[in-house]
Amino acid sequence: MTFLGLNERDTRFLLIVVALTMFTPFLLQPFAENSGLAQFNAGYPDLMQRFAIYGIFAIGFNILFGLTGYLSFGHAAFLGVGSYSAVWMFKLLSMNIIPAIILAVIVSGLFALLIGFISLRRTGIYFSILTLAFAQMSFNLAYSVLTPITNGETGLQLTLSDPRILDPESITNSLPSTSLFGLEMNDSAQWEVFGRVFTFSVGYYVCAVIAIIAFYISLRIFRSPFGLMLRAIKTNKTRMAYTGLNTRPYALAAFVISGMYAGLAGGLLASMDPLAGAERMQWTASGEVVLMTILGGAGTLMGPVLGAGFIKYFENIFSKINDNVLHGWFAFMPDGLEDALITLIHPFVGKGWHLTLGMLFMLVVIFLPGGLVELGQRIAGLFRRRKAEDRSDDGSKATTPAE
Amino acid sequence: MGILEVKGVSKRFGGLKALDDVNITVKENTVHAIIGPNGAGKSTFLNCLVGKLIPDTGSVMFEGQSLLGVAPHKINQMGISRVFQTPEIFADLTVFENVLIPLFAKRDGSYRMHAFETVENEADIIALAEQMLIDVNMIDKRHAHSASLSRGDKRRLEMAMCLSQSPKLLLLDEPTAGMARADTNNTIDLLKEIRDKRDITMAIIEHDMHVVFSLAERITVMAQGTPLVEDTPDNIKGHPKVQEAYLGGH
Repeated sequence: MTFLGLNERDTRFLLIVVALTMFTPFLLQPFAENSGLAQFNAGYPDLMQRFAIYGIFAIGFNILFGLTGYLSFGHAAFLGVGSYSAVWMFKLLSMNIIPAIILAVIVSGLFALLIGFISLRRTGIYFSILTLAFAQMSFNLAYSVLTPITNGETGLQLTLSDPRILDPESITNSLPSTSLFGLEMNDSAQWEVFGRVFTFSVGYYVCAVIAIIAFYISLRIFRSPFGLMLRAIKTNKTRMAYTGLNTRPYALAAFVISGMYAGLAGGLLASMDPLAGAERMQWTASGEVVLMTILGGAGTLMGPVLGAGFIKYFENIFSKINDNVLHGWFAFMPDGLEDALITLIHPFVGKGWHLTLGMLFMLVVIFLPGGLVELGQRIAGLFRRRKAEDRSDDGSKATTPAE
Repeated sequence: MGILEVKGVSKRFGGLKALDDVNITVKENTVHAIIGPNGAGKSTFLNCLVGKLIPDTGSVMFEGQSLLGVAPHKINQMGISRVFQTPEIFADLTVFENVLIPLFAKRDGSYRMHAFETVENEADIIALAEQMLIDVNMIDKRHAHSASLSRGDKRRLEMAMCLSQSPKLLLLDEPTAGMARADTNNTIDLLKEIRDKRDITMAIIEHDMHVVFSLAERITVMAQGTPLVEDTPDNIKGHPKVQEAYLGGH
């Protein structure tokens, strides 16, 4: 059986991803509203949109870094360019997100073609430095000479005087919101059941559907001869050249595709909240997507998505645990012990979430070079082995060896 | 006329004359070995053939076309495959995937954006790859991670990758260097089998006399950057100039 050109195993995989994405509003809201753990719920639209959008960003980055091994330190530039393009579309054309996203993808693709063409003349650390330099250059240009396009430090925003030639009716006394053929992005419905409030927002589902399409495309690339060539680049460029393959167009194609993914993510960010600022292009933002990919598992399909979710969860949820919250948790302890414990934990939570994330990252890199995906595989392997042992205890033979 | 014609090739590195007026003609469907002591210019010569070095003077023609300054992937597309001193394979991929890549390169040329096809559905390529692995006795290792192979198996795999493209000319750079005796003999057997079963021209740069005399039909002896003699193995064996070059007394 094949479905959309996928074999049975991949079809199952895709369906699981679709199911997880569709049920995210439930899955991320496991704790009752009035319980002490409610602050760990992540099922609110803004954060769920970020999961999907940064998931797309990381999936795209993984096509370059995970497959070809070229480590770009400037991918946030494409995200930023995508955001600016989308906001300009909202200002000039229409509040519909479709043209905005299309322009974001095209502009970032062209930009990636230019930067990739130059940067891919070098490999290894020199390539990384070139991409970093281009991204920082874009960041600084956005603050200086390009201010007429980027609106400098204020960031590019909608104004009441924007022309929006395709939907003049949107010009009223208040700023319109982004929409998909009339369906407004910030529209949402809530459902309260068992003390839990589930929020279903249009914005999230638009991001989710696009993320699934992005994931599907990446899955097809992984399974294609093109994907095989990209993996060949990573392992041996010399052999590849002496096999009759020109490595540069392959690497450039991967670079442009991943740049377009970044642009798509940028366009979606602007579609959910129509403003764009240069800080999206800063090198820390480029570093973040590298972290996401490595943390989740570079070169795996699901890894980057997991990494993106993990980091965004930390950034938004873990960072909210301040001293008051900690006092609430440990109130049952004797005062002296409570204070000592809180002093101990304090640097790792709240504003110190970076420290915890950094340590986790180190642990993953040292003990799990394959990222969170490897962790999952090891746990699955453990269960499989135990099952096999149980079976051989019964006297029957263990049949399937772990591949 | 030979399939590969090298005329008047010289190459200097600063004050060192690595190659001095080299003329070698490799005839079609022969195994031609180029031997010589260390520093005779064998590797420089090979690098001039594959576009890695450009000679200062002279010409290198393959089937009437110049190879000078041509990129490695284009040289391969013209029908020349190269086996390296240290086997160059795709170590992160499986044995099977290693053989698929040259087959795609042969069918689709140096670049094709086949992002929406699926490797699994390429029945013709898969069949060819399987046959190739059967030919070199590696089909049972098809799912193995190629980094985990023994040196001899890596060489065997590299050879399979080159042969899968049915090259007109196969260049081998010390194919048995660093191998244990058993692996060396296996490699010699494999090369003999290739020589006898396929219409292929081979140019071997080699140090090991045992390998050369078991395989070659023509031998060129190089010393100090120039070919000394070219003849059949039997005539080379007793040649006084060869004795001299190998036993000292430059």
